[in-house]
Amino acid sequence: MKRTPTYGLLAEFDSPTALVKAAEATHAAGYVKIDAYSPLPIEGLAEAIGFHHDLVPLVTLIGAIIGGATGYLMQYWINTMAYPLNIGGKPFHSWPSFIVVTFEMTILFGGISAVFGMLALNGLPMPYHPVFNVSRFAMASKDRFFLIVFSSDKKYDDVKTREFLESLGPKTLTEVPD
Amino acid sequence: MSEQTEQKPLRAPVIAPGYSFGSVTDKISSIVLTRPASNGWFMGFGVAFLLMQMMLFAIGYLVLKGIGIWGDTTPIGWGFEIVNFVWWIGIGHAGTLISAILMLLRQSWRNSINRFAEAMTLFAVACAGVFPAIHVGRPWLAYWMFPYPNTMSYWPQFRSPLIWDVFAVSTYATISALFWFVGLIPDLATLRDRSEKRPLKIIYGMLALGWRGSARHWHRYETAYLLLAGLATPLVLSVHTVVSFDFAIGIVPGWHTTIFPPYFVAGAIYSGFAMVVMLCIPIRKIYGLEGFITETHLDNSAKVMLATGLIVGYGYIVEAFMGWYSGNRYEEFTLWNRLHGPYHVLYWLLWICNIFVPQVLWIKKLRTNPFWLFIISAVVLVGMWLERFVIVVMSLHRDFLTSSWGMYYPTKWDWMTYIGTIGMFLAAIFLFVRVLPMISIFEMRTLLPEAEVKE
Repeated sequence: MKRTPTYGLLAEFDSPTALVKAAEATHAAGYVKIDAYSPLPIEGLAEAIGFHHDLVPLVTLIGAIIGGATGYLMQYWINTMAYPLNIGGKPFHSWPSFIVVTFEMTILFGGISAVFGMLALNGLPMPYHPVFNVSRFAMASKDRFFLIVFSSDKKYDDVKTREFLESLGPKTLTEVPD
Repeated sequence: MSEQTEQKPLRAPVIAPGYSFGSVTDKISSIVLTRPASNGWFMGFGVAFLLMQMMLFAIGYLVLKGIGIWGDTTPIGWGFEIVNFVWWIGIGHAGTLISAILMLLRQSWRNSINRFAEAMTLFAVACAGVFPAIHVGRPWLAYWMFPYPNTMSYWPQFRSPLIWDVFAVSTYATISALFWFVGLIPDLATLRDRSEKRPLKIIYGMLALGWRGSARHWHRYETAYLLLAGLATPLVLSVHTVVSFDFAIGIVPGWHTTIFPPYFVAGAIYSGFAMVVMLCIPIRKIYGLEGFITETHLDNSAKVMLATGLIVGYGYIVEAFMGWYSGNRYEEFTLWNRLHGPYHVLYWLLWICNIFVPQVLWIKKLRTNPFWLFIISAVVLVGMWLERFVIVVMSLHRDFLTSSWGMYYPTKWDWMTYIGTIGMFLAAIFLFVRVLPMISIFEMRTLLPEAEVKE
């Protein structure tokens, strides 16, 4: 019988506090490729698993700047070059009238960048993921909290990692097939 | 000593005690997944759906005949379409206010009504969008409003407030939809994991985009959500400002005033909260959600209505004062015409509905009494509709030249379209409460005491 390769070891906890403590301990023990799953955002959990670089603000800023520049330049080009119209003898390049559309385009592009940037950085949409093979993982969207150590971690060892996770006192400990 | 004062809650809790992660999840998701649709739901949805069909019929006839079937005649080129457009878009404002501004202000009571209010925003903006599209006369050419390269070598004119409105409203619709959908993703994952039937699992699973609640994902998610709130806050204030520019940039007496932007925004939030309250009160009763949408919510919403209503009242007073003080005979006449002209009954009704009646909200007992709050909110919604009628029709019907005065009488097609959009709005709300969690489940979880990480 061929042994299925392991994707990781999944430990289940029953409270946000227990999960954060376990995540901190696992990270402190030198595991790098770990992740935590919870039904609600938990303050400090991302830091506990060693995640610090959030690129969403940068993506949003770039999107907003592109949007604002596009908005202004579009109006400038249209109203002075492509289709100049004399409106009440005002200059073609009447910048105060261009502020509203520039503002709206900044918000529009910034908002779209924030949402799609977040999804792209999160690798979503991703309908399939190995953790979904664990039946108890359905509780991760209700009231259960999970910690996983991926088998791709350098320190990962079938026996030692299992022993380590058991020492954290999880409710259940499951091997996630790849 | 200091510990004791910290433990004492400052206000009544926003969520009734005794709930846990599991029970909050079950309570909200069961409305969608297991609770059968009642006869009352079918009746309500049926009536709303029929009204919507009436609107589609009226629009179909309009497309065949042209806007001559409406009551619009020179000099009143902006009749019901613009009145209703402004009314609906104003109602939409409460959703973004609740989800974005109250979030930035850390008002945690918003968590139980924000999903609902955002949905209401989307549907209200959709209803609003119907009117300018059909008012252009040839609605199949409405896309000409957007700048796009075309064989006519034509481009929009960006010094007109009407094109600003196109950008403001379409940005608002897009950002509201994104905000709403992003807020739904974790709850859609909850529904995916809770649903028993395979087709539901597949549908909710597709919509949830494979959300699994990873800590990295949550972190980016919260950042994106906060940024969206930060972007939506100036946006929501800008949208009704731009709508008010449609009037204020023009020179028509009664329109050409600088008080319009702030007083339009306040009026928008006023009517929006009235609509939120009118929808919340029956729904919390029918679906037994009094533990989530508590008296605190009604009380706070009523306070927001009271505050914005006073700003609106200030706007009316300044408008009247400026009419008198400007020394401009046309402005003076507009004021006289409001007080004594052919539509003066509507002007006085406006004062009664928007300013006098809501003053009873100073009484706490009425703010927390669902029945009376419902009635007062309905009065406010009528008042805000009258306000738009007063601004649009009463300013246009008698402007500078006596020879070009006229009267506006809406036709049955105007009424059918207007009442039809109310049907469309309610039909969408009826569907929404059945197929999506009407209260944000994950944000309710964060309100529970057990969500707190203890050191």
